[in-house]
Amino acid sequence: MPNIRVTVDGVRYDDQVEARNLLVHYLREQLGKVGTPIGCDTSNCGACTVLLDGLSAKSCSVLAVQADGHDITTIEGLAADGRWHPLQRAFHEHHALQCGYCTPGMILAAIDLLRENPDPSDEEIREGLEGNLCRCTGYANIVAAVRAAAAEIRAAAAAPAPRASADPVPSAAAAAPSVEATP
Amino acid sequence: MQVPAHFGYDRATSIDHALRLLARHGDQARVIAGGHSLIPMMKLRLAEPEALIDINGIDELRGITVSGDELLIGALTRHADLLSSAVVGEHFPVLHDAERVIADPVVRNFGTVGGSLCQADPSEDLSAAFVALGATGVIRGAAGSRTVPLREFHLGPYETAVAPDELLVEVRVPIRPGGSSAYTKVERRAGDWAVAAAGAAVWLGPDGAITDAGIGLAAVGAEHFTAPEAEEFLRGRAGDDAALVEAGKIAAQHCDPQADQRGPADYKRHLAGELTTRALRRAVARASGQEA
Repeated sequence: MPNIRVTVDGVRYDDQVEARNLLVHYLREQLGKVGTPIGCDTSNCGACTVLLDGLSAKSCSVLAVQADGHDITTIEGLAADGRWHPLQRAFHEHHALQCGYCTPGMILAAIDLLRENPDPSDEEIREGLEGNLCRCTGYANIVAAVRAAAAEIRAAAAAPAPRASADPVPSAAAAAPSVEATP
Repeated sequence: MQVPAHFGYDRATSIDHALRLLARHGDQARVIAGGHSLIPMMKLRLAEPEALIDINGIDELRGITVSGDELLIGALTRHADLLSSAVVGEHFPVLHDAERVIADPVVRNFGTVGGSLCQADPSEDLSAAFVALGATGVIRGAAGSRTVPLREFHLGPYETAVAPDELLVEVRVPIRPGGSSAYTKVERRAGDWAVAAAGAAVWLGPDGAITDAGIGLAAVGAEHFTAPEAEEFLRGRAGDDAALVEAGKIAAQHCDPQADQRGPADYKRHLAGELTTRALRRAVARASGQEA
């Protein structure tokens, strides 16, 4: 079986994986990171979205072996110093979820969207999250949450405050100690 | 949980390495780039390659450059990179129009230009856009490179001019002055394959007449994604609305849509005509400076 070296949520792992295993299976079953759900399994719904080297990726359609040498951030790696990421807070405060199944993917896709466009219009948010399906909310509160988080992130970036968790880039990889793990 | 059947996995480090791996595995191997069509097909056992040759690490396959009067697009260029490229938007708005409606932003981060062309889905958007632009594919094999016009690239559903031991390495698009282009698509929902789609490129003479036109049709059974009869009709004509409507009618007559879950054949034929006309209108408006 191929060997892979990956960094997931700031922790380095050396693992053997079966070539046919998908990244999402590796995350859930070998690392126990069940915060990343599997939805459609066909790269349509976006529930399994993670960040691969900072870019949103549907982890049901990436082989685990393809992640070798790369940096992955899941929903479990977003909170830092005991504080949620601004998008996590905004989803909570704006009631941007009901069942919550799409939420991890929605938030990670939104992080990628705000990286490219820190001040998106409602239309740009809807287009940016086109690859992430929600069957509960009707999207209105998701759009409101992303808009609110974007404003908070911009404000934090503009303020000369000490390093806050309101970081537009997933801060887990940078903030968490790089621990060698051999699960 | 769905997983593909067992396969061998090789990571190619250069084009030559990929070609050696392809030669070794024969037609039982598949090249994997973005994988967002191939992997779901493998999960469903619609594809069961014995080996996957991963070309994602081959940097020489990536990139967008202008060389002389051609735009060169590496086969491993991601959809997101094509969409964010200013030089692409400047010369070929049809490609940006198409990219905005290909899958979704997450898929576009990893899906590639060459992968889309080689997957050769009959509804694939870039095939139609490149056909309208008169683009050429560069195919490498053990014996060297050869070029194939994208008008001859697509041999049928999921079948291309690329042999099992060859690799599509680049797409070349001629940059010609005095023209512009546009893409229009009808899809059932955001990110879906087209019910029907049309790309158009036009070049205008000093008097505003159409000196040349390219039309590409996706998802409507047009051979090689082309509409040569409508293109021929437009050459030398004034680009007035009646001509663009007539060109749409001609394109609709000559395509061969099939009924499926995306709609009946007559609806798709109607769309092929209407979308051709709309893409032409937009291309003419852009070429004459009336629209961005």
